[in-house]
Amino acid sequence: MGMLVNLRDWIDARFPLTKMWEEHLSKYYAPKNFNFWYFFGSLALLVLVIQIVTGIFLTMNYKPSADEAFASVEYIMRDVEWGWLIRYMHSTGASAFFLVVYLHMFRAMLYGSYKQPRELLWLFGMMIYLALMAEAFFGYLLPWGQMSYWGAQVIISLFGAIPVIGDDLSLWIRGDFVISDVTLNRFFALHVIAVPLVLLVLVVMHILALHEVGSNNPDGVEIKKNKDENGIPKDGIPFHPYYTVKDIVGVVVFLMFFSFVMFFVPEGGGYFLEAPNFEPADPLKTPEHIAPVWYFTPYYAMLRAVTIDIGPLSAKFLGVIVMGAAVVILFFLPWLDRSPVKSIRYRGPIYKVMLAAFVVSFFVLGYLGTQAPTAGRTMLAQAGTIMYFAFFLLMPIYTRIDKTKPVPDRVRG
Amino acid sequence: MSGDGVDTSKRRFLIAATTVVGGVGAVYTAVPFLASWMPSERAKAAGAPVEADISKLEDGQMIRVQWRGKPVWVVKRTEEMVKALPGLNAKLRDPESVDLQQPEYAQNVTRSIKPEILVAVGICTHLGCSPSFVPEALPQPYDAEWKGGFFCPCHGSKFDLSGRVYQGVPAPLNLEVPPHKYISESLILIGDDRGAA
Repeated sequence: MGMLVNLRDWIDARFPLTKMWEEHLSKYYAPKNFNFWYFFGSLALLVLVIQIVTGIFLTMNYKPSADEAFASVEYIMRDVEWGWLIRYMHSTGASAFFLVVYLHMFRAMLYGSYKQPRELLWLFGMMIYLALMAEAFFGYLLPWGQMSYWGAQVIISLFGAIPVIGDDLSLWIRGDFVISDVTLNRFFALHVIAVPLVLLVLVVMHILALHEVGSNNPDGVEIKKNKDENGIPKDGIPFHPYYTVKDIVGVVVFLMFFSFVMFFVPEGGGYFLEAPNFEPADPLKTPEHIAPVWYFTPYYAMLRAVTIDIGPLSAKFLGVIVMGAAVVILFFLPWLDRSPVKSIRYRGPIYKVMLAAFVVSFFVLGYLGTQAPTAGRTMLAQAGTIMYFAFFLLMPIYTRIDKTKPVPDRVRG
Repeated sequence: MSGDGVDTSKRRFLIAATTVVGGVGAVYTAVPFLASWMPSERAKAAGAPVEADISKLEDGQMIRVQWRGKPVWVVKRTEEMVKALPGLNAKLRDPESVDLQQPEYAQNVTRSIKPEILVAVGICTHLGCSPSFVPEALPQPYDAEWKGGFFCPCHGSKFDLSGRVYQGVPAPLNLEVPPHKYISESLILIGDDRGAA
């Protein structure tokens, strides 16, 4: 033991090891009343690690060229020892990543975790979400299946809708007049190096911002307002060992679900890995029905919902604007919400109804995005889009007039 | 600071000047990296014209050829199909093909050189999917009065058998007609129309 203590002291004199351990774990005081919803932050970190490790091993056998990509993925699936497991871990991980991130974001909406003083924390989180969407999009081209090809075709064409510069911009992104080997190769570089680096930096900033302001909690009470004589929040407990141990339980349960999907339903009924992607990319033929992977379908449904021109603006351009705005508007949440209380526990009925309607619209849009367009579905998608935006745009009004309940001084459990 | 006899305004000027010069250098350094994303010389050279042989093309049929990596459709329309085209004008966004989506010689109701043969780039002007060829004039889930044409499965855009876009769909423009010419009665050169029409 003496030697280890000496080693620690030797390091501490040269690197702030103990200081960092205390600041972020053993003396980081988190509210004592975290519930189920607070698992998803640490689970997102776990999935990030899974994606990085499995991704590194996939690159060892994957070939980023239009001639070889599809075959190299099949090679990984059939011939590489345990290749199928590593690949399914990565593809299941992608869907798991979005699932935990969506739940993590919803937690923030339930308990007002984006509100002052955590605005910047929310913005870093939103940037992580954006980077994650880019990462998923670039990654989906790599297997070079039909869905990879035509999905990328549609998304890159979105940029073509921007007036004046659109066509040149999409040409610049593709690096060719159509999606080709060139596009695949650069998407590979972005997927395995550029975006992961950005993601890691953003995750560090997200955690640093969190530990600066301290975690919110289901009561939305600032625990730093009630400190004991040692300056420790009375309602706080050290993250380690209390929440590290609690999170391990969450990890075990999560891995049970994760393993079930990975081993028994890795394609997720066509939602995690889509059927047309088991055919090699064919630039001459679009599959009968194309839809993005489930985590993009709400936005995709909003894109399709816009079918009318307004003045000189085409429906195509407006659709892209609506889709972009649906993501961008999330960034403004801290400033749209004017409620004096954070947590849903003390909010009034209007917010609860609006939040429920928002969740319903997100699910309905998500479902519609997976389906082929018909006149009736388009109308439903239009209604869903209006509901989605109403939640945000009317928020400054309804959060102000809503009748809130008094917030206690201390957390209640 | 001022007590040390330091001229802070001069110092601030030097800092600003250095920052600006450094910034300009950084912008110039970014140029080669950004420019490296443009199509390479090899990609630009790959756009050679292609030939399509239509001698075996039956009435109401379509063949696909690849030009610049894109699908190009050659469709042989029947007489009834051609006759039905003007009747659709009221339902279309650009029935007269005013938008420059075709060479001058294809700016007519059939959008073609020969009335029955349509040559068009099979890429939806919305978001780049390749629409399906649905030539039969039968009611469809997306249009009860379907007169035959192209339907894009991605976002529901509809085009008639001349590749003219319907109103009320997301696609803004008619399908593109590529430059082409007839080398002989049954051979079309796609991608080059010099010395023809």
